[in-house]
Amino acid sequence: MDIFFQQVINGLVLGSVYALVALGYTMVYGILGLINFAHGEVVMVGAMVALATVAYLFGYFPELNPIVMVLIAATTSVISCMVLSYFIERLAYRPLRKAPRLAPLITAIGISILLQNLAMIIWGRQYKTVPKIFSFETREFLGANITDLQIFIIVLSAILMTLLLLIVNYSKLGRAMRATSESQRIAGLLGVNINKIISFTFVIGAGLGAVAGILVAANYSVAHYSMGFMLGLKAFTAAVLGGIGNLGGAVLGGLLLGLIESIGAGYIGDITGGFLGSHYQDVFAFLVLIIVLVFRPTGIMGERISERA
Amino acid sequence: MSIISKGIEKIRSNKRILFIGYVLLGIALVSLPFLLSNTVGRTWVRILDFALIYAMLALGLNIVVGFAGLLDLGYIAFYAVGAYAWALLASPQFGLHLPFWAILPIGAGVAAIFGILLGAPTLRLRGDYLAIVTLGFGEIIRIFLNNLDHPVNVTNGPIGINKIDPIVIAGADLTRTHEILGIQFSGAHIYYYVLVLLLMITVLICVRLENSRLGRAWIAVREDELAAQAMGINTRNVKLLAFALGATFGGVAGGLFASLQGFVSPESFVLLESIMVLCMVVLGGMGHIFGVLLGALLLTTLPEILRSTASPIQESLFGAVYIDPEALRMLLFGLALILVMLVRPTGLWPGTTRKQLGNKG
Repeated sequence: MDIFFQQVINGLVLGSVYALVALGYTMVYGILGLINFAHGEVVMVGAMVALATVAYLFGYFPELNPIVMVLIAATTSVISCMVLSYFIERLAYRPLRKAPRLAPLITAIGISILLQNLAMIIWGRQYKTVPKIFSFETREFLGANITDLQIFIIVLSAILMTLLLLIVNYSKLGRAMRATSESQRIAGLLGVNINKIISFTFVIGAGLGAVAGILVAANYSVAHYSMGFMLGLKAFTAAVLGGIGNLGGAVLGGLLLGLIESIGAGYIGDITGGFLGSHYQDVFAFLVLIIVLVFRPTGIMGERISERA
Repeated sequence: MSIISKGIEKIRSNKRILFIGYVLLGIALVSLPFLLSNTVGRTWVRILDFALIYAMLALGLNIVVGFAGLLDLGYIAFYAVGAYAWALLASPQFGLHLPFWAILPIGAGVAAIFGILLGAPTLRLRGDYLAIVTLGFGEIIRIFLNNLDHPVNVTNGPIGINKIDPIVIAGADLTRTHEILGIQFSGAHIYYYVLVLLLMITVLICVRLENSRLGRAWIAVREDELAAQAMGINTRNVKLLAFALGATFGGVAGGLFASLQGFVSPESFVLLESIMVLCMVVLGGMGHIFGVLLGALLLTTLPEILRSTASPIQESLFGAVYIDPEALRMLLFGLALILVMLVRPTGLWPGTTRKQLGNKG
């Protein structure tokens, strides 16, 4: 049972990060119907910028309070990701809003390749280790180990997600976002500044993504220019699992995928009598996705979209 | 645009010009490898071989994405299935050495079965849900190939399978150098001719498919599935056929890849490859066979051109290589993708009359 709780905790930590990234995918998808392939790369840039800032501060102002250091790094990273994402939308997606549906998908892939290689040129090919500025305590919880950092990740993600849900569901801006995702044309006619709302959606998603990137880097103590791709892929899978376009679905899908992965990896060997090892973790995740979609073709919380004529 | 298409129309109507055009094209195709190996180097013939294989792949994906409008992000899985089918049936791995003519249909058939395996559970899914499931399918296949070295060793795991038999026609090993009529033909040259021939057959099949009852049904499903159903099209069978036929081409291309390279490993079948093939289809002009061919040739040769120019240009401009040429090459490649799509959102050479996928709502 100890192992089980340990895997649940690991799954929740992983799932919180997936959920944060998945929100970025799902918001953009809800409004534009676009798979923003570059989002994973934005997450990676977030992690790399934060890491570079911490390394810089650590090198030049070593007497600075670690908390201040992390706050400065996080702010730098979030703001640079927001600016980056704003320009990505402005330059690569907006001109193609009326183009065939797959055209922005290709520019998204182009941006993704571009950012990855740019990061490789700037930060090099090596894995970047996170400097040890904090020491985290490990606690015992129901026989499983959990570090303060893991608790922090889960709590911070929960706060950010709640905040986002509040903004989208109760603020004027959120109402405009929901209106835009229903119909851009009608929302525009009713006085919503569509371009502003779409930019805002990208910026918010990028902010959450940057935080997710920092949390991942902190959790594994490394960052790498290629870390965004798989993370983005998993997060997108999570968004689809929950029902893409649905914020609650993204959170649910993220947590679920995290749990499935870590519990699956822990038990897949026992279930199959040792035939399949933990390398099949991803197979497990994708199989669950396929099975869910076979029975609920629009995801767990997705609405039944009527056939458009 | 209209000037060009009018020009093409004019040429088409004139039989003599058309005939001369075909002859010139034929001469160009026959002499191209000699031209390349004598000017820019022998490696380019090999690059051309791979470009032709990718063109075949892209044409297969074009059936699924371009004709039937089903976004498939895991297409490389069929390529992998074809390549591994070939590798397992003609290598020391199991000690099997079936001849080329036996493996080709087996590989195609196995790939088609996988196509149906993927297609069947996903029939109800639309658009991007389908995309992510196909993506997952591609990853599942790759992970299995990567890990099926234990408990029973089937695929040799991440190491891959090597010493795959080359194509042998009439006792002649096609990867060796042969002398015909006093002219030396290296393995890459011979493969080039075989591939050009097979690609021509593929193009022919694609053109005939597009104009067939099935092709029209695909386009109807792509444009409006509900309306197609109302017109009496069995959308289930039509979609499954799209998956199966698309997969068949992928499987054949995979087999040729395995025999040309003599070696397969799961590394060749990562998600990025699926995405690249999709880029070829969309960038070239989705649903338009010759556009897709153009896209495939461009996207396979462009990175190679950039590879051979990335460091010399830096040296001549700044006197030294400052930026990792490999990164620079991919950076420029990404930039090219973005710019081409911004300038020509419907692809470089789109079909003239048809509406593009998903341009509704």
